[in-house]
Amino acid sequence: MNAPLRVDSLRKSFGDTEVVAGLSFELRRGECFGLLGPNGAGKTTTLRCCLGLTGADSGAISLVGEPVPERAREARMKVGVVPQFDNLDPDFTVAENLLVYARYFGLRDAEVRARIPELLEFAGLVGRDNASLRSLSGGMKRRLTLVRALVNDPELLVLDEPTTGLDPQARHLIWERLKRLIAGGKTILLTTHFMDEAERLCDRLAVMDAGKIIAIGSPRELIAAHIEPQVVEIFGEDAPGWAARHAALFSQRSEVSGETVFCYLHDARPLLAHLDAQQGLRYMHRPANLEDVFLKLTGRELRD
Amino acid sequence: MSHFAIPSLSLRAIAVWRRNFLVWRKLAIPSMLGNLADPMIYMFGLGYGLGGMLPAVNGLPYIAFLAAGTLCASTMNAATFEALYSAFSRMHVQKTWEALLNAPLSLDDVVAGEWLWAASKSMLSGTAILVVITALGFVHSPLALWVLPIVFLTGLAFAAMGLIVNALAPSYDFFMYYFTLVITPMMLLSGVFFPLDQLPAAVRGLAHILPLSHAVALVRPLVNGEAPANVLLHLGVLAGVAVGAFWIALGLTRRRLLR
Repeated sequence: MNAPLRVDSLRKSFGDTEVVAGLSFELRRGECFGLLGPNGAGKTTTLRCCLGLTGADSGAISLVGEPVPERAREARMKVGVVPQFDNLDPDFTVAENLLVYARYFGLRDAEVRARIPELLEFAGLVGRDNASLRSLSGGMKRRLTLVRALVNDPELLVLDEPTTGLDPQARHLIWERLKRLIAGGKTILLTTHFMDEAERLCDRLAVMDAGKIIAIGSPRELIAAHIEPQVVEIFGEDAPGWAARHAALFSQRSEVSGETVFCYLHDARPLLAHLDAQQGLRYMHRPANLEDVFLKLTGRELRD
Repeated sequence: MSHFAIPSLSLRAIAVWRRNFLVWRKLAIPSMLGNLADPMIYMFGLGYGLGGMLPAVNGLPYIAFLAAGTLCASTMNAATFEALYSAFSRMHVQKTWEALLNAPLSLDDVVAGEWLWAASKSMLSGTAILVVITALGFVHSPLALWVLPIVFLTGLAFAAMGLIVNALAPSYDFFMYYFTLVITPMMLLSGVFFPLDQLPAAVRGLAHILPLSHAVALVRPLVNGEAPANVLLHLGVLAGVAVGAFWIALGLTRRRLLR
């Protein structure tokens, strides 16, 4: 069986800037694959290339078995896309949004009407068929965008930052729905810069920076491969001074960011005992997570 | 340069047209009234007010002369507004085009759908005015039915020109330049309000290359029950502008969006 998406040595430049610099990865059927990276890492350009919305300079893409961009339109027949910013039709009702979008796939109105109750149930919008878009909250619109991407029962669902701008309740509901889709066997490609989102949803993920994949694997594998298992965060005015004198004695690696010191280590006990005896320093001890990996791999500088 | 490759047109453009039609249907009555009110005010205001002081123009009462011109100008305006403000909203503000492009439609389908839609809407406007001037007794023979396809062709020409401007526009404000520099002079120099031979010879040459003057040259005789002269020339210019401008508009839109 073909991979739902295969990208081989993809390159794309805008002027002198190489935005995608030799990217290769492959999705397995039924997995949720995350593309992570700071702003400007090339995630959105990669997605646009994969959907055939912009031409690559070189490389090969196969999307649901079709070569892209040559047969991008045929490929998109079998793909659902949730864009980063909602582009629902504000002049249409909830049901019309689904109906009209389905027409773009050549689906018959009768066929789609029969599926609307099921789609609205999934979106948590039961009985809102004739509601105007203005009456929906941001979370409701996002869920409607999600089910709109399901009207053609796609083989692959592509989500570009699906929960950016949502409140925690709305995010959790989206995650729950995505997990249902994954459990139902859908293949998902998502981009995000929320590490908790990636850690919760993704079977595998690729960390991108400057147009390249710099690490790929399951969240656990990435944490195990790239970072010490324990983290102690130390806060307070004296923290940087403390770090200069003591950090290297207790931790394998440490970083100072403002008045916070991050100590990465295998065994936290000696450090914790030492800190308990110090005045004026507060600390938090936790297991290493994906965000630590991400910051280690892509650095702490702002990417604007 | 590949942005200006041959347009690849398909029937999928109809899905775009249907989407726009569905939105229009919800607002049809205010939209129709808006489309009719403005040209009617001009026609009656100038036609009776100014026309009362004038002798016959080309052998017609002034308002009858103005009726055909108003029909053409209002077709131009309807197509232009749709291809500028409405298409820009869908392309840039509401991101409707982005949704279409994520579905199995190409940008060529989307731009072609918008082109046909803007021409259709202008045809509606032209048809409504034809009905009104028929009711007022300014139409003298069934020859006037030929006005309908000419109105559609005129709509295609101005919709395509509008889509060029749409492809270049950074914001809505940009459209003012097009109205001030292109549409308003076009309306004044194309024989809408007065016969072209009133213009100084130098300007008359310019008038002959304006697409609106070719529409007026066809529509005015048809409304008065006469066969127009130089039909192929006028149709050829309108069709040439429609196709050429669409090609350029598509190329510029590809350059803008497919990057």
